[in-house]
Amino acid sequence: MTHVDGIHEFLDMGGYAVWVWSAYGISAAGLIGILMWSLRTLRAREKEFEDLKNSRG
Amino acid sequence: MHKFANPTQFMRIANAVFPWAAGIAILLFLVGLPIALVTSPADYQQGNTVRILYIHVPAAVMAEMIYYAMAAGSAAYLIWRHPMANLVSKASAPMGAMFTALCLICGMLWGEPMWGTFWVWDARLTSTLIMFFFYIGYLALGDAFEDPERGDRASAILALVGVVNVPIIKFSVNWWNTLHQPASLSLTKSNMSGDMLLPLFLMMAAYAAFYVAVLIIRVRGELLAAKIRNARLSQVAAMPQMAE
Repeated sequence: MTHVDGIHEFLDMGGYAVWVWSAYGISAAGLIGILMWSLRTLRAREKEFEDLKNSRG
Repeated sequence: MHKFANPTQFMRIANAVFPWAAGIAILLFLVGLPIALVTSPADYQQGNTVRILYIHVPAAVMAEMIYYAMAAGSAAYLIWRHPMANLVSKASAPMGAMFTALCLICGMLWGEPMWGTFWVWDARLTSTLIMFFFYIGYLALGDAFEDPERGDRASAILALVGVVNVPIIKFSVNWWNTLHQPASLSLTKSNMSGDMLLPLFLMMAAYAAFYVAVLIIRVRGELLAAKIRNARLSQVAAMPQMAE
């Protein structure tokens, strides 16, 4: 068996590709999404707080 | 408990923990995912759909554990006016909702090829969906009032009302004859083979470490939001026309 066959078999998941990869893909999107959202919110609030402190200066 | 009541103390501990939680999470995913997706065996009945187990169960466990944490924080907030408890609950809620959604979605994607249906109103699925609604309700109520403290108190009460549903999720497969399979895993024993238990535990640990790391980011954000609110309030109070 060549390497390409092995990868093809892996991606195919025994015929269940759409189910397995959708589940893993949506899970990854959820985890990465909430991480990014949380970081973005934190950065925005840090900036807002800085601006507030400077404007009161 | 009092050690955590002080935000500065809490953040000192949280900032020390954060790099460990983040590093451990990354490591566990790097080790766990290849085992879950490649080296662990396919199931003789379910084939490769069994690999969904390694993301479905960790999401379910996190969803329930976070709800308990949210309920405990809500109780501490309502009884002792513990402000950090409220912040941790609020920071946790979106993550709990997300894990519940992932649990349900992965379950549906597993159910369709294996059970022949995306959904069935069995005990476990229904009670998990109800928990999801309580999470959404908690998030909505928190923002529903002009006075944020009223919103926080209302959502804390809702969290406590909903906590009774969480053990029902766990025991549902024992109490009712349902489609969702009974537990193959307890604190002391298991029906699963070792080469499936390993990726399952690795992914459960990865999800837990991920939650701790992101929780710390979110709590920092909540603390800043509170500081901003206080700064704006004192700005208004200091305005000349207010000092009548």
